[in-house]
Amino acid sequence: MELIKVENVTKVYKTGTVETQALRGISLTIQSGEFLALVGPSGSGKTTLLQLLGCLDQPSSGKIYLNNKDVSQLNRNQRADIRRGTIGFIFQFFALIPTLTAYENVEMPLLLNGLSSTERRQRVTELLETVRMSNRAHYRPDQLSGGEQQRVAVARALATHPLLILADEPTANLDTENGKQVMEVMQRLNQETGTTFIFATHDPRLFGYAQRTIVLRDGQIVENSHASSTQK
Amino acid sequence: MHSIIKIAYRNLGRNRRRSFFSALALALGLALLLLMAAFLRGEINSALDYTIRLKSGHLQIRAPSYDETKTSLKWDDLIQDPQSLIAQVAALPQVKDATPRLYATAILVSQNKSIGVQVFGIDPQATANQPYRDGIVSGQFLTPDDREGLLLGQPLAQKLGLQTGNRVNLSVNTANGDVNEQVFIVRGIFSTGTNAFDNATILLPLAKAQAITQSDNHASVIFILLKDSRYTDQVANALANLPYKILTWQTMNDMIIQTEDMANAYMMIFYLIVLAITASVIVNTLIMAVFERMREIGILAAIGWRAREILLLFLAETALLTIIGIGLGLIIGLMIITYFSNHGFYIGNMGISGYLIGNMIYTELTFSDTLKLSLITLLITLIAGLYPAILAARLEPVNALHGSQ
Ligand SMILES: Nc1ncnc2c1ncn2[C@@H]1O[C@H](COP(=O)(O)OP(=O)(O)OP(=O)(O)O)[C@@H](O)[C@H]1O
Ligand SMILES: [Mg+2]
Repeated sequence: MELIKVENVTKVYKTGTVETQALRGISLTIQSGEFLALVGPSGSGKTTLLQLLGCLDQPSSGKIYLNNKDVSQLNRNQRADIRRGTIGFIFQFFALIPTLTAYENVEMPLLLNGLSSTERRQRVTELLETVRMSNRAHYRPDQLSGGEQQRVAVARALATHPLLILADEPTANLDTENGKQVMEVMQRLNQETGTTFIFATHDPRLFGYAQRTIVLRDGQIVENSHASSTQK
Repeated sequence: MHSIIKIAYRNLGRNRRRSFFSALALALGLALLLLMAAFLRGEINSALDYTIRLKSGHLQIRAPSYDETKTSLKWDDLIQDPQSLIAQVAALPQVKDATPRLYATAILVSQNKSIGVQVFGIDPQATANQPYRDGIVSGQFLTPDDREGLLLGQPLAQKLGLQTGNRVNLSVNTANGDVNEQVFIVRGIFSTGTNAFDNATILLPLAKAQAITQSDNHASVIFILLKDSRYTDQVANALANLPYKILTWQTMNDMIIQTEDMANAYMMIFYLIVLAITASVIVNTLIMAVFERMREIGILAAIGWRAREILLLFLAETALLTIIGIGLGLIIGLMIITYFSNHGFYIGNMGISGYLIGNMIYTELTFSDTLKLSLITLLITLIAGLYPAILAARLEPVNALHGSQ
């Protein structure tokens, strides 16, 4: 099933009089359930593309369909509504709310979706279990290691059963061991729940996790290749 | 909504010292406003209280043609045979006391100095004249049949260098336009605690005042004190069919009441200035918070918070901070006001002519002033708090995510 369709999308950033062409005509389709890597040198447009796919921003031209719905022209509140139930984010920095515990951070997106408190408790407990953070549920982010924080962020991204999870260099601030753990958690969740994952990276160690790799350079796709076999 | 308040509350705890000092600034502002309001209320009430007890009473009965500003002594302008009228008034259950008074103007001369004064001819035995009796600081109070004694206010005595037992020359205007001159003995000196009154008043026994002004058995006014000022209109109505003018304390003291209205209007400007200052402290704190927490705002947006929810988060922080500040301000304000309501606040001789203010002001805080000022504080701070909240809500998620952590 086709989850995302991108048609000839461009993105131009204007800073004062300077215009930066971050994306120059991107077209691609992404199937539901894919585990996809977005790679390319710094400044090639990975973050920009993720932000457009995640409805955090609007393209300068072109169309983006999410679940067959055109999301490229939506206003801010409409985009917030799409994000709320459909998309989860994982960032390079450990994007937890510092005043809330691990548990409360995971619970946060659920509060917006009107679940009962028992349903929420059940879901949060289950998610923390999945990312192996149950024993740290009531710690605040500053009491957790980077890897632990990132696993909580993965749990939070998954909380609302989103169709799509976007991870922008999720392991860039982690050591090899913690990076591996986070990637394995994401991969497992992709296989168990069928949630689509797209992650941006320029770390060659992560390329092997992807079923498909899209290579960007100067805002254009230069390579779009499926892994020969999914032996991971 | 509940989670917004929870997060807002925890956010205040992130920088406790900063939150505390912002709340304290607001608290001190509110405490100042409460003190000002309590001071003003105490001053007005004390002025009314003094004026009613010493000068106007709750009600006065006057001849229709009596003109207070001229202190007329023509018999037509006076009340003839006041005793029968007083008996009638005193029969009303709400009346505490009714007593005749005769007013005259005079000049007091001693050792080459002369000063214009008001002569109050009073019945020394009337309970309504107890405040004068209580005010005696040296010598004796008057007796009804004293024919050569007078009492004078302390500042007046000082100005003329007079003491109890001294002699003084008094020239009094009379009913037929002449001046009657006589040497009196200072029987006593009084101080009612309000300079404007003590500075210009001489007390004589009513009979002597009537004699020296040649006004026979007449009085300028019947001075009436009630058991409670609430009964004023009732009693005024009960006396309405008399062939006299009935004046209530409100109409006689309209100047004080107008002064209060005017003072309240000025105070409003003062309140707004103080609140603008305290609100800007809070707003400044929140603007700092918005810039420090840009990235967090981006995360909330990414999770799906709408602009409105981010706006509410920052408004909730403002509201919580304000409520803490108001609570603190009420505690500080009430402590200071309680102190000054017991010990008074010495303001000295600030007497404005025609306006009796005591030398001490006892602060009086009413519930409605407290409520009004607390609500105004909350309202103004919340309105000011819209600015940082809108700033946060307007952030584009993408830019916010780029922002500082
Ligand atoms: N908000 C912005 N304003 C102006 N220019 C921007 C903005 N965001 C990105 N750019 C520019 O757009 C281009 C693409 O940036 P992008 O962040 O998408 O690259 P990236 O592939 O994610 O790089 P990196 O690997 O360093 O994260 C860059 O030239 C960048 O400078
Ligand atoms: Mg990037």
